[in-house]
Amino acid sequence: MNLPRSIAARRALGLAPALITVAIFMVLPMLILLVFSFLEADPYGGVEPRFSVEAYIQLLYEIDFDDALVFNPIYLGIIWRSIFLALVATVGCLILGFPVAYFITRQDPRMQNLMLYLITLPFWTNQLVRVYSWILILAKDGVIEQPLKAVGILDGSLGMMYSNGAIAIGLVYSYLPLMVLPIYASLEKLDFRLIEAAHDLYADRMKVMREIITPLAMPGIIAGCILVFVPSLGAFIAPDLLGGGKKLMLGSLIHLQFASSRNWPFGSAIAICLLMLVMVALMVQARSAAKRRAMEAGR
Amino acid sequence: MSESDATNALSVRNVVKQFGSGPNAVTALNNVSVDIQSNEFFTLLGPSGCGKTTLLRLTAGFEQPTAGEIFLFGEEIEDLPPHERPVNTVFQHYALFPHMTVEENIGFGLRMQKWSGPEIRARVNETLALVKMEQFATRKPVQLSGGQQQRIALARALAPRPKVLLLDEPLSALDLKLRQAMRNELKTLQRETGITFIFVTHDQEEALTMSDRIAVMSAGLIQQIGAPLEIYERPINRFVADFIGDTNFIETRIDQVSGNRALCVAGGELQFETDVVDGHGIGDAVTLAVRPERITLQKTMLRSKDMPVIEEATYLGTDTSYEINIGDGVVVTVRDQNAEAGMGRFAAGENVKLTFSDGAARMLVD
Ligand SMILES: Nc1ncnc2c1ncn2[C@@H]1O[C@H](COP(=O)(O)OP(=O)(O)OP(=O)(O)O)[C@@H](O)[C@H]1O
Ligand SMILES: [Mg+2]
Repeated sequence: MNLPRSIAARRALGLAPALITVAIFMVLPMLILLVFSFLEADPYGGVEPRFSVEAYIQLLYEIDFDDALVFNPIYLGIIWRSIFLALVATVGCLILGFPVAYFITRQDPRMQNLMLYLITLPFWTNQLVRVYSWILILAKDGVIEQPLKAVGILDGSLGMMYSNGAIAIGLVYSYLPLMVLPIYASLEKLDFRLIEAAHDLYADRMKVMREIITPLAMPGIIAGCILVFVPSLGAFIAPDLLGGGKKLMLGSLIHLQFASSRNWPFGSAIAICLLMLVMVALMVQARSAAKRRAMEAGR
Repeated sequence: MSESDATNALSVRNVVKQFGSGPNAVTALNNVSVDIQSNEFFTLLGPSGCGKTTLLRLTAGFEQPTAGEIFLFGEEIEDLPPHERPVNTVFQHYALFPHMTVEENIGFGLRMQKWSGPEIRARVNETLALVKMEQFATRKPVQLSGGQQQRIALARALAPRPKVLLLDEPLSALDLKLRQAMRNELKTLQRETGITFIFVTHDQEEALTMSDRIAVMSAGLIQQIGAPLEIYERPINRFVADFIGDTNFIETRIDQVSGNRALCVAGGELQFETDVVDGHGIGDAVTLAVRPERITLQKTMLRSKDMPVIEEATYLGTDTSYEINIGDGVVVTVRDQNAEAGMGRFAAGENVKLTFSDGAARMLVD
């Protein structure tokens, strides 16, 4: 066999498996998605191989009885709700996840491992089942309402199910581990002696948290936020089950296009939109990380 | 509850510190009492694990004493959290905040104490000048060398004008030359600022050159407290004599006593005159401590197997160290300065005459 001589060629050879994997499993599907979004829908599912931008037009407009294009805010509303709920879920995960991560780092190593194991445990059960259990909790006459009624605090129903709140709870619950783990990873590296030094220099607990712990945990916080925000944006199990199909999010909408509506180009177009939203989020993160690194380098 | 003299910067009274409990409890400090005066450069000296850091951490407030009291300028402080104690620490590992610049590090304590912006800036610049690091103000700690980081750690601890500065082996990470230079700078700084320094080290030379007073510790106990000269010249027990400098320990018996002076004979016929330790009398077995540089060697024409004989000569650069058999199997180490170039004045096998000054030998308590 002829060994390639130049370093560049060898490097290419070494990287080939990774590049091929990325090409087959990431680039190719996205290209298909992109192509589909510019084709015409076959009413029986699939696509007709004719170029069309109708799918994108459909995002913003609908055709009324006179064949005129009329602005249709429904899908924009869904996009907006998706962003809003994903943000709520991210903030919720951060508020719950940070103290948990901090608490874990303060335990002895054996306890830490046990707790991390417990945090990741839900990943081993089916997400559908886990989210479904929230229906039992939030439902009318469910786990929360029944005791309240029994002691007479409540009559009627709180109406917790099928609301934005229920979806947010479901999202926070689903993605909390994705927030805890990266924050734990960065807190765990934190030198506890720095905290002592800050106390020595007249910082009380609150100030230590604000001045030392939070800034040093920032890489983990940002990673956690991205890891929660991105899948929340495209989630469909929690919105479907807890939003009852009344409060659609992007994920459910896409799901709908491929399953019952049989409008693949439209589904693809929404997926492309989602992809762009995610890319914007990642770019914002990359910019701020670059800025921080530049600052850390003392410039 | 005992009272404390307010002229003492720090008073430690019967402090015990135990880590853990039950069978694997560690007693890091075992009933330690010490008074440190205001403006003093006080050094805690002792081998690894003797409890030096623990004593500092109790003073800074990172640990609570198991028993005993700690007073700062007459005020009892065991119940104060670290951030309410007017004490700052220079940590052995510096503990500079990696996400802050040099300026921000130094200003941190001031900011936490709610100094105003202009005040902070002025004090930071002043302190930077004090440690001669003005041109590094905007760097991050990772961009500094070990010695530079050490100065910033010092500046950061000095900036809030603490009443007492605690220094935990701050020089141990530096190379020899830098360490020697920093010794002088620290000493000068202490004199200029008038702040009480409590300095921890296990380097006896550092302790002897810098301190006003030294506390020699071992195994959670303070063995002796005194000025460097006192510690070196008049060690009260074998541990102190052994830990500070080199010492010959000579086991012997008291031969004669007159007043508070005793005469002991060691080896063949070497006579040592020392102060007698209370409670000892003629015939008692005692240990004498004699510093190797206090014994003077003289050439002798006499040749005899009863005379001290050089067994081994070791060239040390400035000195030559001789192992000398003084008879009866007693071997002493003697240091002789190399006044002339060469391998030293004597060779192995030569007979020598030993003489020593009055206070050369010291009777130990134990
Ligand atoms: N947090 C702790 N838990 C248990 N034991 C401890 C703890 N801190 C210190 N010790 C023990 O207390 C004793 C004194 O420790 P300390 O750190 O004060 O020693 P040191 O004199 O500073 O030594 P070195 O010169 O090595 O720094 C040691 O035996 C140590 O193992
Ligand atoms: Mg120590």
